[in-house]
Amino acid sequence: MTSSTEQSAEQSSATTLLRFATAGSVDDGKSTLVGRLLHDSKSVLADQLEAVEHASRSRGQEAPDLALLTDGLRAEREQGITIDVAYRYFATPRRRFILADTPGHVQYTRNMVTGASTAELTVILVDARNGVVEQTRRHAAIAALLRVPHVVLAVNKMDLVGYEESVFAAIAEEFTAYASELGVPEITAIPISALSGDNVVDASANMDWYGGPTVLEHLETVPVSHDLTSCHARFPVQYVIRPQTAEHPDYRGYAGQIAAGTFRVGEGVTVLPSGRTSRIAGIDLLGEPVDVAWTPQSVTLLLEDDIDVSRGDIVVPSDDAPATTQDVEATVCHVADTPLTVGARVLLKHTTRTVKAIVKEIPSRLTLDDLSQHPAPGQLVANDIGRVRVRTAEPLALDAYAHSRRTGSFLLIDPADGTTLAAGMAGESFATAGAAPARDDEGWDF
Amino acid sequence: MTTSIDVVDGSTDSPYALTHLDALESEAVHIFREVAGEFERPVVLFSGGKDSIVMLHLALKAFAPSAIPFSLLHVDTGHNFPEVIEYRDRVVAQHGLRLHVASVQDYIDRGVLRERPDGTRNPLQTVPLTEAIQQHRFDAVFGGGRRDEEKARAKERVFSLRDEFSQWDPRRQRPELWQLYNGRHAPGEHVRVFPLSNWTELDVWQYIQRERIELPEIYFAHEREVFARNGMWLTAGDWGGPKDGETPEKRLIRYRTVGDMSCTGAVDSDATTLDAVIAEIAASRLTERGATRADDKLSEAAMEDRKREGYF
Repeated sequence: MTSSTEQSAEQSSATTLLRFATAGSVDDGKSTLVGRLLHDSKSVLADQLEAVEHASRSRGQEAPDLALLTDGLRAEREQGITIDVAYRYFATPRRRFILADTPGHVQYTRNMVTGASTAELTVILVDARNGVVEQTRRHAAIAALLRVPHVVLAVNKMDLVGYEESVFAAIAEEFTAYASELGVPEITAIPISALSGDNVVDASANMDWYGGPTVLEHLETVPVSHDLTSCHARFPVQYVIRPQTAEHPDYRGYAGQIAAGTFRVGEGVTVLPSGRTSRIAGIDLLGEPVDVAWTPQSVTLLLEDDIDVSRGDIVVPSDDAPATTQDVEATVCHVADTPLTVGARVLLKHTTRTVKAIVKEIPSRLTLDDLSQHPAPGQLVANDIGRVRVRTAEPLALDAYAHSRRTGSFLLIDPADGTTLAAGMAGESFATAGAAPARDDEGWDF
Repeated sequence: MTTSIDVVDGSTDSPYALTHLDALESEAVHIFREVAGEFERPVVLFSGGKDSIVMLHLALKAFAPSAIPFSLLHVDTGHNFPEVIEYRDRVVAQHGLRLHVASVQDYIDRGVLRERPDGTRNPLQTVPLTEAIQQHRFDAVFGGGRRDEEKARAKERVFSLRDEFSQWDPRRQRPELWQLYNGRHAPGEHVRVFPLSNWTELDVWQYIQRERIELPEIYFAHEREVFARNGMWLTAGDWGGPKDGETPEKRLIRYRTVGDMSCTGAVDSDATTLDAVIAEIAASRLTERGATRADDKLSEAAMEDRKREGYF
């Protein structure tokens, strides 16, 4: 009991939060890795383990199948597959984790996009016996496209290749070369066996030649925050707070979550798309006045001048305002079952603003296997990734996704029934190794 | 084989890094404000339990110094802990909130719902809840559900579209990308919103401690007359317990969750303070619901099935 109590005291101190996603093909052992991470970090409680043991026995399995920890829906248990993203939670004394557990099937590319969109790190699994395969390249491409800042290559099933360093080194080298070409800024390769637990939570006694961190050590120590001083500051207005009470007769605050960068009291700001300017008179951090606030804090900005500001506007530093545009060039991942066609009338949701839009052109569709562009496909179907040109009814202050995951992303929505059609990323799709911004000055801003 | 950078120790994180509680709080506030900005008639499900109390606290902070632009809805099973109802009414009065009550007892009295043989009323809440949503034309319904509670909930979206019958179809959920929540819905449909999706039980308790949020007393160890049923301690009361062969006894207990008295179990505990409760939860080898909810044990897919029908 003493150790748990000490741990809880430590956990209640100011730990950070890491959001990460897993990706892997059906038989790469992804569910086993997730189960192993949860189990070995002691995040599986007795009643959950009992349920898994019971289910494993009733399926005729001798050992508890840790993969069953992650299959939540009736259809998933019946079919033994994962059909949708699930979110898992666990903690160590050093950090708390939110894991987006994404299915590996080719037809569920949209699910990996969903998981990767909020992740700061992606774990891509490969089977050491098979090495880098088509699906591995697809996962690397999606991680690069979504600009996930950290990628871990987990070379699994090392026990089945005699824990040979040469096997691991060859796979790591091939993957690193491929992913670097896509512009993935940081790649960490780790040799593991999810089944026997080598290098997942505990260092492997079978691979003395490996001197790097285990998967969990890496997750605990990877930096979750970047130098924000160089990021373009952006504040989408969510809601106008006007109490109009005797106590606060003139309070008019613009509530929102800082999407990028920092804001300071006294700073000159511009409201887009109107272009009106003012100065920050005060910042309320959930009821407490502060001098400076940064992403992703939810705050309320007070301006010196009584100018027209409403939901959907973006407040930016006057000396660092993005251009506004009605012509959006972007890469989209199509996530709906009905195709996206040229001429389609859609809604575009960007930060807190939803505007009418029309798909003017679909110049190309990406072939994820070799990253070649298939010209003028005419339409995008479910799980396709393609370039689009969209004309919007009103101007948008859209950043390049490369500069801000938050203000460079958008949704396309079916105006008839509200279906989410596509996930959009403005600007260039892949960073190339040469053109990738140096980590020091630009960083990966999200 | 680490390329490009050296491994950085977690303790050297930038001063701009938020603690996990600050990050979760900021995200939940963002969700409250999105709903306020996009919906006509939102409502917060409020049971007087710790999750809904934390939701209310977050909503108060999200719109300060303004009042919360939502009303509250309590689906009352009729088998409530008196301390919880007292707390509910006090909080509503204190913040000048508007409370709607949908009463399971009314439905039973009118003959619309029938008491179950096991006396459990939790599953009976679905009809009063969905009818209240239709009657008041609520278009966004905040719930305190967390994804760590149960494996079907691990699949739940933050914005979860429900059809005109309030049904959840896990296969037809919208992908949820970045922080761009899509709340569009047809007339008659509504969206269930879960601002605490990414919180765990321990997060909720640590946040209650940090923010010094008052809770109903049943969350802390106290002596109470209980009896054993299906491996749980249940509070004796008018709802129908104890039955023949079940003997009430006084025990030092507390509750980890608040629900219908007939199916919410207490745990043996001497934790009378927040520190003690947090230490107890961190050391517990049982999940919150595994320890205290009989209704989740009805079948392997009990929660999924109830959610499909419109339960929260």
